[in-house]
Amino acid sequence: MISNLNLETQGQPEAAPASAPLSKPSTKNSLAPAPFPKVALIIERHGRKPARLVPILQEVQEEYRYLPPDILSYVARSLNIAPARVFGVATFYAHFAIKPKGKHLVRLCDGTACHVKDSVPILDAIRFRLGVTEAQPTTRDLLFTVETVACLGACGLAPVLVVDDQVYGAMTPEKALAVLESVREQERKEPSP
Amino acid sequence: MNPLTRQDLANFAAQPTPDPTEWIRVQLDTGGIAAGAETVYVALEQALAEQHRGCELLRTGSVGYSFADPVVEVQAAGMPRVHYGALTPELAPTLLSEHFGAHRLLDDHVIASRRRGLVLDATVTHVLVGDTGAADGNKSEFLQFSFREELKRRGLADRVQVVRALDLGIYDEGAVVQLLPSAVTYTNVLAHDIARIVTESIDGGRVIDDLLWKMPDKQVRIVLRHCGEVDPDSLEDYLGRAQGYQALAKALFTLTPEQVIAEMKVSALRGRGGAGFPTWMKWQLTRAQPSAQHYVICNGDEGDPGAFMDRSVLESDPHTVLEGMMIAAFAMGASMGYFYIRAEYPKAVERIQRALDQARERGLLGRNILGSGFDFDAKIRLGAGAFVCGEETALIASIEGRRGSPSPRPPYPSVRGLWGMPTAINNVETLAIVPAILLRGGAWYASHGTETSRGTKVFAVTGKVRNAQLVEVPMGTTLREIVFDVCGGVLDGKEIKAVQTGGPSGGVIPTPLLHTPVSYETLQQLGSIMGSGGMLVMDQSDSMVDVAKFYLRFCVDESCGKCAPCRIGGYQLQQVLDRISRGRGAPGDLALIHRICHAMQKASLCGLGQTAPNPVLSTLRYFGEEYQAFIEGGPSYARKMSRVASVATTAAKPPADAGSATRSPIPVKEVSP
Repeated sequence: MISNLNLETQGQPEAAPASAPLSKPSTKNSLAPAPFPKVALIIERHGRKPARLVPILQEVQEEYRYLPPDILSYVARSLNIAPARVFGVATFYAHFAIKPKGKHLVRLCDGTACHVKDSVPILDAIRFRLGVTEAQPTTRDLLFTVETVACLGACGLAPVLVVDDQVYGAMTPEKALAVLESVREQERKEPSP
Repeated sequence: MNPLTRQDLANFAAQPTPDPTEWIRVQLDTGGIAAGAETVYVALEQALAEQHRGCELLRTGSVGYSFADPVVEVQAAGMPRVHYGALTPELAPTLLSEHFGAHRLLDDHVIASRRRGLVLDATVTHVLVGDTGAADGNKSEFLQFSFREELKRRGLADRVQVVRALDLGIYDEGAVVQLLPSAVTYTNVLAHDIARIVTESIDGGRVIDDLLWKMPDKQVRIVLRHCGEVDPDSLEDYLGRAQGYQALAKALFTLTPEQVIAEMKVSALRGRGGAGFPTWMKWQLTRAQPSAQHYVICNGDEGDPGAFMDRSVLESDPHTVLEGMMIAAFAMGASMGYFYIRAEYPKAVERIQRALDQARERGLLGRNILGSGFDFDAKIRLGAGAFVCGEETALIASIEGRRGSPSPRPPYPSVRGLWGMPTAINNVETLAIVPAILLRGGAWYASHGTETSRGTKVFAVTGKVRNAQLVEVPMGTTLREIVFDVCGGVLDGKEIKAVQTGGPSGGVIPTPLLHTPVSYETLQQLGSIMGSGGMLVMDQSDSMVDVAKFYLRFCVDESCGKCAPCRIGGYQLQQVLDRISRGRGAPGDLALIHRICHAMQKASLCGLGQTAPNPVLSTLRYFGEEYQAFIEGGPSYARKMSRVASVATTAAKPPADAGSATRSPIPVKEVSP
């Protein structure tokens, strides 16, 4: 089936200058419709190269907000590599989530600069308010996931809180909770999709 | 657009694009944007339209003044060129009408020039004043008042404006005065000096020698030479104003690869990623490998918490890094390059991607670059949140789409790297230096720094420091100079306890050793490392046991688990530290720590495990009594310490917060927890 399509790619170096086209459009599999058309498209775009596994998973996660097991297996089949390898990569890197994440990703920087400027009380306050823990970082309503991140490189503004892509500097527990409150308020008024 | 030719570049070199006469540069890097620089930009844009001013609004990266974000630089006709910091969108209309209309500077927002003058070569128009002295009340307002009165008395009040500065760049030197536009700077100014300054200098145009600050600035900007100066999103700006790609043209048309490597050898540049391996040797080894394909990788996986110099360079000056990579590729015979950048740095990724697109469009990437016959292209790969991927072999594994586990070396990547081909991996900072070396010569570069560590190094100074910022100093500058002279010392006038360098792989350096000149060797002797350049300042309230625990937890979390010394050793070490910090330590625990650390250093596969014990060992070496106190004091002592820590942190909530609150990107509501 799908797996037979692309055998030449394993571990093959990529062509040198990019003036050459990245990948030839591979032959369409006309037999079975792909169970995950979006994923199929992503994989296609990366030329079905196992070497592109990390970027493929990054894009899949962007689409689904996490990596569902079925999709990991599907990626493995499509790339013609062992599912164990895909799972291995997916569990190795901190960015990949095997469990569903909340709609809003709350990341508190716990880099050194933020740590000595008291990021831990902020983290405690956020977790307490949202009722989440390190082991169970997502709220039950799937609205928030709370994570720590090693360093965001905005140490001049320590301690730093990032909600989705918005960066908030010079945080205190009170200010951080106010930020979350404003996100929730926004959700109540006009829920984003 | 037409591909660039050699002739085009020669034209740019002969005729650099002139600066517009009036401009505002808004520094839009991640730090600035987080502090609200985008909203300031929009507000300035609106105000410019409303006030019908013809000044150009430009976007740049960061000059490094992280403490004052958002920062803009302003040039107006008949005005000194100044940086404004701590701006808010509300200030935009005032800034324009004052600066461009009334030719007046804004109080409490001007950052004094670091290019201090020694002669008064122009009529003084503005006087910056500020109190940099002890904490017993700030005398800036008094100074400003006295100057104004004196100027009125002499009838100069209309010609000269007295401005309170946000930052004067000189610290603990009493009242400091800077005369603009010549930037002659006087320090330790006393009340009776004011009349002298007004008569002699402002009116008479003579420099007062006994007040003059003659010390040249400690910073030498080589890596950061274009940061905050060029538009990171514009190839034209880089080509026209920053001599962009001139070094590449020089390499392609006038030098052989061997000569490029020879020049690098003269410069004695060592890798800025941390290990300090000579760059020319890395290139030489890679070049010497017979292979159809060579690769060059730019390591932008800046995972050390507390380090942000790579991010800043990638965001502020992406084309320089690309140019450095292309020169490296030319020297090694590589035709393909990768930027491996952390996904936590979306802005850096975006700007490098744009730089690559622009370069490709103008034929600076692709086949037959500039008509020289040299082929090269580059791509970006995003890190996925694994610190260990900063290690060369792990980074390669990650690009190849595998788990980022390191493999034993040799073979080194320069022999067997990416896809089994010879590969050179260079840090962002290293590559940013390369064009400067080719343009100005290896000998010029080697004239900075110390015997074994040549050149300059960028440090990200953070933590309990007054002015957290990026600093570029020649190697051999002492830690004390960096922390106190450049960054203004400890926050809130507290006592310094130690400086941590090298992040999770480094160690702490206690106060008595702050006179140590910074170089690869000296830091290593002290049990720390240069690392990528993070520098964390800690005051007396910071517990060293807590710091050691923090870094160790980081390393344990980030250990890939492949080799036992790192995986098991780290975990066991953490258990022992945890026990000690809860007051349950045993007398033999310190010896046990040493044994575990030794095993990890000797037997770990890669740098992560080998250096993970450094924070523990160095705190133990210099602050052993803190560990001892926990062991002897038992649980009651541990509880007391954690109480002290929490009291210290609540008490230490500085009123400075109020200032930063006004700059926070959203209106902050009071919410009870």
